[in-house]
Order: sequence, then structure tokens, then C-alpha cells
Amino acid sequence: MNPVDKRRRDFLGQAAVAAGAMIAPGVFLYDYAKAAAPATPPAGPPATSGPVSAKVRWGMLIDTTKCASGCRECVDACNRENGLPGTTRPTDSQWIRKVDLKDLRSGATLSAPVMCQHCAEPPCVDVCPTGASFKRADGIVLVDRHTCIGCRYCMMACPYKARSFVHEPTTGQKTEVPRGKGCVEACTLCVQRVDRGGRPACAESCEAAGHGAILFGDLNDPQSEISKRIRSVATTQLRADLRTDNGVRYQGL
Amino acid sequence: MAAFRLAARAAAALLAAALALAAGPVAVAAGPKLDAPRSGPCVEDPKLMRRSHMEFLKHDRDDTVRRGVRPAKHSLAGCVSCHASRADDSVLGSDTHFCQGCHVYAAVKLDCFECHTPKARPAAVASAAGEPLR
Repeated sequence: MNPVDKRRRDFLGQAAVAAGAMIAPGVFLYDYAKAAAPATPPAGPPATSGPVSAKVRWGMLIDTTKCASGCRECVDACNRENGLPGTTRPTDSQWIRKVDLKDLRSGATLSAPVMCQHCAEPPCVDVCPTGASFKRADGIVLVDRHTCIGCRYCMMACPYKARSFVHEPTTGQKTEVPRGKGCVEACTLCVQRVDRGGRPACAESCEAAGHGAILFGDLNDPQSEISKRIRSVATTQLRADLRTDNGVRYQGL
Repeated sequence: MAAFRLAARAAAALLAAALALAAGPVAVAAGPKLDAPRSGPCVEDPKLMRRSHMEFLKHDRDDTVRRGVRPAKHSLAGCVSCHASRADDSVLGSDTHFCQGCHVYAAVKLDCFECHTPKARPAAVASAAGEPLR
């Protein structure tokens, strides 16, 4: 409530009480005495994370040589973690998808997951008319559904087809992943896990399945596993010519 | 003559309105019948909460979504974990369910739960996430 409104309300409330006290002292004074002694509220739980800082930049390295064709562990883990229905209808959201590529000349094939690339210069943020599409200080690109009007301009702007529009009414949402009809959504890099010091569900499930093709870490920390790998092997960003400086990198493309 | 009749009718309407207002506080005191909360006192004084919970939620949602502050002091997940019905773990469903009951009583549209889940999480998951125990 705006402080002026609050003061005005308090003044009017007190004026009413005073007027009442002059007319019917017994009843009103009793209520006033009760109202004047509010209990002290307890403090909320201490915040365990945030505010996020720009010292960190979260990113992923996907090793296509370890990614198995036909394996959908990461996709299923993403659907489970975020309460997505999975692609049962053509209009269902898809935060991560498996892409199989074949070089027609040599016959070489490779498979890799593609999701939001968490660009440093995200086109989806540039075009958003309401400011709903934004980049957090730690490099994670998100949609604030409270301000998203569902215009889908960001979906047009994204070079990676990473975003989906929710066409159908939703049920069975997870507590930390609210989602509803009429908003655009995409991979959040499992922000609810990252904020508690965890890593995305896809990276965890890929390792559990024995592939270990997805490495998650801080691109700004030179001592992190991901930074060391990026220094020692050749990696590429998808559509690097667009100079969006993706947080997700690929090895063996 | 017609003007006089109109004025008399207006005066009668005003008198009726004044009587209705005088009767108002009695109805307010009765209030909606709601499920009892699952654990101790609220994060703010209940009187303040009744008046301003939407402002608290709106402020802290921006902290969580945009700045990653978790758990926020005023979080919808916190409301739900404490106020969900013991029968079906939900804050919606009937006029005794906490959120729905009061919003129906106050005739205010409630649209949080078009995206957010009205169901409380299992206790173990909720306490790991720093929500109040129940």
C-alpha cells in the first residue's frame, strides 16, 4: 500500500474510532484497546540464496561425442523437474529437445540436446515490449510471467527456437515452477536448483545415465571444471556469427 | 410535485444506505469460516496481512524472480504450506479453504493459482526449501 494511502486510512480509522468513542463509549473503547496491542510477528525464514551477483556466469558445456543418439534422459528429467506434460500434444511446451545431425557427404552422425542458450546478448530480451523477458545478473535468461503478455515476439527473435508458448490450461504445476496458459516459457537452467547450490536436472540425469555429456558450471571462475575444459578443448557456440555470446557451448560439433 | 417526490425517494434511499452501513460492522465481525493454519503465528501481524498481503507478495516475488532471493519472507509457497487444508492439502476447493473462502467473502478475484499450484508440498521437501514447518 502506498504510504500516503496508509496514513490516510489510519487517520480515517482513528477518526472513526474517536467519533464512535463519543457516541457509544463502552463498546468502541473495548475494541480500540484490543486493536492497539498487536502481537509481534515472527521473522520469516532466513533467505539462503540471493541476491544473485554478476561475478558468476552460469553456463553449460555439451560434449556431443558422449551424447547417445536415441537417449532422452535429459528431456525426461527436464519434464519431471519442471512439471511439463512432455510432448504429448503438438502444442505442448518443450524446454529441451534432442537434435540428430548427419553429414550427408561423410555419413557422420551426432546427437545433442538443444535448449535456451542463455545468451549474454539475448535477442529475446531486446524485443520484449513489457520487460518480461530478462537476463539475471548471473547470466540466466528468464521470463517473468507476471509481466508476460504472451505476444510471442521473443519466440520470433530467438535464433534457437528455444521458447514455447503455453496454449492449454495447466494443472499439476510444481511449487517452484509456476506456469500457466498465455505465457511464453523456456529452459530456466533449473534456476530453483541453481539458487540452492545445485545443478540443472538434465546435467544430473545425464551423469546418472552414465553419459556425462552435460557439464554445468561457472564460466567466470577460471578454476571451475567447465572453464578448464573450455580452455583445453575446442568448443563452439551455436550460431556464433550472431554474436549473442551463448552460455551453452558444444564440443565436437 | 414530481421533484418533491424524487427528493423524498432519494432521502429514503440515503436513509436505507446509512442503516446498511450501520449494520455493516456486525457482518464483518462474523467473517468467513476458514480452515485453521497448520503452524504457529503468521510472518506478519494478521490484521496487517489481511489488508496488505498482496503488496508483500508483489514486492517479494520480484526479489525472487529477478534477484534469486529464496526463500522470500513473504512467499506464496509459504502461504500455501501453512494454510493448506489438512483434508486435501489445498488452499482452493470450497468456501472453507483459506484463500478461496476469504476471496469469495470479500468478492475479490483471485488469480495467483492460474499459474501457481494451490497444493502444499510434502513436509520433507518444504522444510528442505526453508518453508515453515507444519
